[in-house]
Amino acid sequence: MLKQLFKFKGGVKPPTNKTQSTTLPIAGAPIPSRLVVPLHQSIGGTPRPVVQAGDTVLKGQLIGEADGWISAAVHAPTSGTVVDVGMYVQPHPSGLDAQCVVIEPDGRDQWIAHAPFDYAHATPDAVRHYLQQSGVVGLGGAVFPTHGKLTASKTVPMDELIINGAECEPFITCDDLLMRERAEDVVRGIGVFRDLLKPKKVLIGIEDNKPEAAAAMRAAVNALGEQFLVVQVPTLYPAGGAKQLIRVLTGKEVPASKRSTDLGVQCFNVATAYTAWCAIATGQPVISRLVTVSGNVQAPRNYEVLIGTPMGELLQLGQPHPDTDGIVMGGPMMGFLVPNDTVPVVKATNCLIAHSERLFPPKAPEMPCIRCGACGEACPHELQPFELYWNARARNFGKTQEFHIFDCIECGCCSFVCPSRIPLVQYFRFAKSEIWAREREKNAADEAKVRFEFKQYREEREKAEKAEKLAKAAAAQAAKKAAEAAAIAAVESPSETPAPAPTEATGNTPLPAVDPAQDAKKAAIAAAMARAKAQREAAQPKNTETLNADQARELADIEARRQQAGIVEARTAVPPPSDAATQKAE
Amino acid sequence: MMFAPAPFLLKDASVSQVMTQVCMALIPGIAAYSWLVGPAILIQLTIASLTALLAEALMLYLRDKPLALFLSDGSAVVTAWLIALTFPPLAPWWLVTTGTVFAIVFAKHIYGGLGQNPFNPAMVAFAVCIVAFPAQMSQWPNIGLEQSLVDQLNIILGLAPRVDALSGATPLDAMKTALKLGDGQVDIAHLLANQDIYGNFAGRGWEWVATGYLLGGLWLWQRKLITWHAPFAFLAALISLSGALWLYQPATFASPLFHLLSGGAMLGAFFIVTDPVSGCTTPRGKLIFGAGVGLLAYIIRVFGGYPDGVAFAILLMNLSAPVIDLLTQPKIFGLKAAGKGERR
Ligand code: SF4
Ligand code: SF4
Repeated sequence: MLKQLFKFKGGVKPPTNKTQSTTLPIAGAPIPSRLVVPLHQSIGGTPRPVVQAGDTVLKGQLIGEADGWISAAVHAPTSGTVVDVGMYVQPHPSGLDAQCVVIEPDGRDQWIAHAPFDYAHATPDAVRHYLQQSGVVGLGGAVFPTHGKLTASKTVPMDELIINGAECEPFITCDDLLMRERAEDVVRGIGVFRDLLKPKKVLIGIEDNKPEAAAAMRAAVNALGEQFLVVQVPTLYPAGGAKQLIRVLTGKEVPASKRSTDLGVQCFNVATAYTAWCAIATGQPVISRLVTVSGNVQAPRNYEVLIGTPMGELLQLGQPHPDTDGIVMGGPMMGFLVPNDTVPVVKATNCLIAHSERLFPPKAPEMPCIRCGACGEACPHELQPFELYWNARARNFGKTQEFHIFDCIECGCCSFVCPSRIPLVQYFRFAKSEIWAREREKNAADEAKVRFEFKQYREEREKAEKAEKLAKAAAAQAAKKAAEAAAIAAVESPSETPAPAPTEATGNTPLPAVDPAQDAKKAAIAAAMARAKAQREAAQPKNTETLNADQARELADIEARRQQAGIVEARTAVPPPSDAATQKAE
Repeated sequence: MMFAPAPFLLKDASVSQVMTQVCMALIPGIAAYSWLVGPAILIQLTIASLTALLAEALMLYLRDKPLALFLSDGSAVVTAWLIALTFPPLAPWWLVTTGTVFAIVFAKHIYGGLGQNPFNPAMVAFAVCIVAFPAQMSQWPNIGLEQSLVDQLNIILGLAPRVDALSGATPLDAMKTALKLGDGQVDIAHLLANQDIYGNFAGRGWEWVATGYLLGGLWLWQRKLITWHAPFAFLAALISLSGALWLYQPATFASPLFHLLSGGAMLGAFFIVTDPVSGCTTPRGKLIFGAGVGLLAYIIRVFGGYPDGVAFAILLMNLSAPVIDLLTQPKIFGLKAAGKGERR
C-alpha cells in the first residue's frame, strides 16, 4: 500500500554513523557494582521514595511512588540493599543533583513476585493506571509518562496514531535494533495504544535507512493480523522529531501553542510501545532500556542496560579509545556532555557516545552573522534563526518571543549549517531560560501582589461590613423609634400618615447605604484587577532601551549568566519540561 | 573539561568558503571582461584587492579584532572585486583605491564590520565616486583597441596620456546621450546599427560580460548560496518596465534585452541584490527588494542624470530593507493558514 507523504521544510543530512553499532545483536549489560536510580525520571512530579537506606529490595520492587497524575513509578532494577537515598549528580546539562536511590546489588538478581496484567478484562482506566505503576514513560527522549498521553480528546476525534521509529539522530540505533529483534512485542504494544485511543489509522514511521527494521515490523504487523501501516520516510534530520514525523505522515503541523491531540494525532516511540507491552505481558516494570554505545569506541553495540548503571561502566563495554575525553548522552545533534562518568543511565538515555576531538573536532571561532539565511533554510520550524540570534544577543527577549523562540525545538539544524559557526541553539537556550527566569520572578511578584491586594480588599470589606452592620443597627433602631412614634401618633392622631417616618429614619443609612458599600467593594475589586493588569503588562519582557537601576542590575546578572553560558554549555538552560524535550521523538 | 555544546556535528562550512565561491562565480564575467578590454581589469582587480585587504587590516587593528580570522574571511576581497568590476577599467589607480578605502572604512567598519553594514559597500563606493569624480567615472575605453598590459598599466598609473583610449562612454550612456541630443528625432534601431558601440543585443562585447555574470549567478543559485527570489524579481521588474515602454514606443525606448545585458544589470542581479547583509532576508522581502531595485534602476538609468541606476537603486532599497523584512516575516511551522493535511 502506498502512502502519500508530506515534506517538512528545512532539515539537514549529517553523516548518519549508524552502521557501526548495528552489526552485532543486542547484548545484556552486566549488573554494575552500584546502581544510582534517580526518582525523577519523567516529566512531571518527582516520585516519593518508599524505601530507606538499609532496606533490602527485590528486583522490580517499587522504590519511588508516583506523586500525581503526570508522574510515573520507579522500581529497583535488581535485588540488593539500599545504601543511600540522597542527592546525586544527574545526566543533565545543568549538572545539578537530584534525589536518587542507591542500591548495592546482591548479585542474585531476584525478582519480586509478579504476574501478567489481565489486559483482556481491564478497563481503559485500569490499563492507564497499571502503566503508570509500571513506570512506562516515553523512551524517545522526552520521558513523558505514557499513560498521560493515552486518553483521547473528547472533542477532537483521533485520526492517526503515529508510532515513531524514525530515529533520525546520527549514531543512535537502539530503536532500529529493537524493531529488528523484538518487532512482535512492539506491535503488540502499539495494539494496546490503539485500543485505548481508538484512532482511525495507525502509522509506523521508519526512516528509509533502516530497511531491516521496516521489514521486521511489516512482518510482525502481518503475523499479528493488524492493520498498521509501516511507512518508510525519507532520511532527513530531524524526521524523527514528533512534529516533523506527524507532518511527514499526515501533513498536519502542530505549532508550539497546541497539542497534537488538538489536531487528532498522538505520537509514541517504538520503544515505549515495547516497554508497555512487556509490562502488561510479564508484569515486570520498566527497569532497563536499550542503549546504543558508540562514538570513539572499539566495539560499538546496543545493550539492554539496567536503569541506574553508571555511564562510565557501560561505556567500558564498548572499549573506548584512550583519547576519549567525555560522554555525550543522546545523539550528536541534540545530545549533551554529561557532567562526569558516574552519572546513571536513566529512562531518557538512548545513546552514549564516547567523545573525542578526533570524532568531534573543536569548532572554528565564531564569526559575525552575515545574514546568509542558511539557518532559516535549514530550520524545520521555518523560523528565522538569525533574527532570534540578533535579538537574543541584544537581550531583546520580548522580540525573540515575537520571532517565535518557543517554537524552536533545539534540533541544531541552524548551528549545523551556519558558516559563521555561531552556536545558535546555545543562544536560544539562553534566551528561553532567561524568559523562564523572568516568568518565575514575575509570578512570584504577582503572587505577592495578589496577596497584598487581597489583604487590602479584605480590610475594605471588613470596614464595609462593619459600616453595614452599624447602619443596620441604626436603621433597626430608627425603625423601632419610628414605629413607636407612629404608634404613638396613631394613637394620638390617626389621620396623620406614618409614611414620612421611615424616610426620615433612613436618612442615617439603612437601605441606600448597602448599595454604596457594595459598589465600593466592586470598585475596589475592579481597581485591583486593573492595577494587577497594569503591573502585569509592565512586567512583560521589554526591550532594553529604557533601564532603571533594577533592570540594569538584572541585566548585569544576565550578563554574568550569559558569560557562563558561553563557556560551560547550557548551565543556564535548566529546561523545565520544555517543548524541545516533549518534541523529541515522543 | 570545556566543550562546545550540541550540535557536536557540524557541516563543513565557513564564511571564507561562502566568499570564495562568490569570487569563483565572478570568474566567467571577469574572463569575458578581460577578453573585451584587455588585462586592465585584472590590474584593477589586483589594486582593489590589495587596497581592501590593507584597509581591512588597518580597521581590524584599530578595532582590536583578530586580524588573521577576519582577513581570511574573504569579504573584503568580494567588495574589492565588485568595486573593480563597476568602475571604468582604465580609471586612474587612485580612483579605485579611494573607492575601496571608502567602502571598507566607512561603509563597512564604521558600521561595525562584517555583517553589520546597512549599505552595500561596493555600491557606496560607486555612488560616492560618481558624485565626487564624475569625469573620471565616465571615461570608458573604446572597445576594439589593441593595448598591451604595459600600455594599460601606464594609463592606470597615470604615466601615459589618457586621451584616445578613453573617449568612450558605456553603451547605455551613449544611447541615453544620443537620444537626448537627437531630441526625439533619433530612432533607436538607427543608433544600434553603430557597430563600434553596439553588438547583437546590447553594448558590443559588454553583452558577453553580462552573460558571464549570468552564468556565475546561476551557479551560485545551483550551489544554494543565493535563492532565486531577489534576482528573479529584479530581472522581472526590469523586463516588465522596459518592455512596457519599449512596446509603447520602440523608437525611443530600448528593448528589455538591451537593458538586461547593459550596465550593472546582471552583476547587480546576482551579486549585489543578493547581498544578504544589506538586502532583505525573508522570501517575500527578497522579492520586494529585488523588484524595487529593478524599477528604480530602470527609472534612474533611463530618466536620471547618471549613466547607470543600479547602484543608486540598491542603496535606496538598502534603506528600506529592514522595514521590508519586518513586514514580510514568513509564517512559521504550524501557524500557516490550515495546512494541506489539516481538515478542521
Ligand atoms: S547561518 Fe549563521 S551567518 Fe547565516 S544567517 Fe544564519 S546565523 Fe547568520
Ligand atoms: S534549533 Fe530551533 S531555530 Fe535552529 S533549526 Fe532547530 S528549530 Fe530552527
